[in-house]
Amino acid sequence: MKSAAAIIVLLLALIPLPWLVRSDFWLNFAVLTLYYGFLGQSWNILGGYGGQYSFGHAAFFGTGAYTSAVLQLQLGFNPWLAVGLASVAGGVVAAIVGGLSFRYGLRGSYFALITLAFAEVLRILADSLGFTGAGVGLQVPLHPAVVNFQFAGKSGFYFTMLVLTALGLAVVWYIEHSRFGARLMAVRDNEDAAQALGVNVYRVKLGAIVVSGILMALGGVFYLQYFLYIDPEIAYGPAVSIAALLAPIVGGLGTMCGPLLGAAALQLLNEVSESAIGAAPGLNLVLYGAVLVLIIAFLPEGIAGVARLRIGLPRGRAA
Amino acid sequence: MMLTLDHIAKRFGGVQAVSDVTFAVARGEIVALIGPNGAGKTTLFSLIAGFLAPDAGAIRFEDRDVTGLPPHRIAALGLVRTFQTAQPFERLTVAQNIAVGAHLHLASRGAALRRGAEIAERVGLGKWLHRPSRELTVAGRKRLELGRALATEPHLVLLDEVMAGLNPTEIDAIVPTIFAIRDSGITVLLTEHVMRAVMRLSDRVLVLNNGRLIAQGKPADVATDPAVIEAYLGRGVAPPAARELARG
Repeated sequence: MKSAAAIIVLLLALIPLPWLVRSDFWLNFAVLTLYYGFLGQSWNILGGYGGQYSFGHAAFFGTGAYTSAVLQLQLGFNPWLAVGLASVAGGVVAAIVGGLSFRYGLRGSYFALITLAFAEVLRILADSLGFTGAGVGLQVPLHPAVVNFQFAGKSGFYFTMLVLTALGLAVVWYIEHSRFGARLMAVRDNEDAAQALGVNVYRVKLGAIVVSGILMALGGVFYLQYFLYIDPEIAYGPAVSIAALLAPIVGGLGTMCGPLLGAAALQLLNEVSESAIGAAPGLNLVLYGAVLVLIIAFLPEGIAGVARLRIGLPRGRAA
Repeated sequence: MMLTLDHIAKRFGGVQAVSDVTFAVARGEIVALIGPNGAGKTTLFSLIAGFLAPDAGAIRFEDRDVTGLPPHRIAALGLVRTFQTAQPFERLTVAQNIAVGAHLHLASRGAALRRGAEIAERVGLGKWLHRPSRELTVAGRKRLELGRALATEPHLVLLDEVMAGLNPTEIDAIVPTIFAIRDSGITVLLTEHVMRAVMRLSDRVLVLNNGRLIAQGKPADVATDPAVIEAYLGRGVAPPAARELARG
């Protein structure tokens, strides 16, 4: 219960941010931090709590984004109405990917590869089908109005992301305090032992990937409304899959706040490396990569792991 | 009958791991399954608990055919195994580990954690309740295996060498725990190499050698059975040597 109170306080403290931060640059920074933290939280549910490392979360992200875009542009849906269907579509794709790979017991690198393959297949489909705009992509016309899920300033998007962040944290809080979550973590740590104690491993993993897929699709929906444009590379390319797994790995796998911490650290690193050596294009990415290697090498439990050591909390005490 | 095995067989490639094994365990018994290394004891446990499917034969648990059911279904019916090499959920605490077992019948997280604490006390892990399970000693891990299995409220537990790797003091400490399990109404089938404990604990002993059941009976009778002695010590060298000499 203490963790729930701390998170509610944190979220409440973040509400006045748009009035405190006047610069669009920093508000955009905050939006992107929450956005990458949210993608990371989606990945964290399956990877951090379930131990199933996906390399193709773009499959769910892109499905969410494309479903919303196609419903709006080809069928004239209101974007708010499209949100529900887009998240369902993400969940369905997750159920198909999970159903096939978990039914046949694919684990570890095999699971990672099969998820990557699904994302690539969807990317190629989006590249060649007419109703997805093929290689040109889809552009949502700019009509800033709350009813169109478009906001004139950054603060509207910031609040949308804050709500999504709260949703992600609520899901993870539930995982840490429920039978489903207990079983999911048991499966992560030892599948055989979990089975021996009556856990239906297949069903638990399937549940985790569907929840993860629904959240990831919501991330895709948000991306579309924020940037108003998607193409096959943006929606289904490996960049978004990697972004989703980096935040929790850097921040702390299988922890509630890890993805958010990781996203903040990565965003900061990104900005710092860009302003430090912005003159030489590409060099900032070298610095970014080097720091990333150092974090993974020296902080195997991520930033949350360091925080835990400092305040002397034993791991996994949360439940 | 609590458990019945009817002509069970299992082959791995060219190795007949288990052949034509038939036996029954009655409610409330402590039965020990013994035999030399590689006799097929753990394979038999995996077959009973559903981790392997037999090539032939049938397994009945409480008069229900469980042959070929997946492990989680068999566990839900009340038949739970432990592992020879303890398999803790390493990132979870002792209480959380045991709660996973308790969740089989308890949906509430709070209730499962309370049951976890109770059972940790019962198996002598009360002091380690909130410690990560990977910090436990071998003896502690064995007790955790036992605790998790008990938390599922089984009717029959299969204990796979719960005493392996323990020192004599630790063995003496775990024997009363196993008697207490039986006295709480749970039937016990165990494999064990520690003969001292087998003699003290079991009502009946089954002896497995090369995948076949070669003897069964009271512990004292089995210990003097010539076939059993031969399985453990090998065929005597004296008679053939004597024959050679006579022919010479």
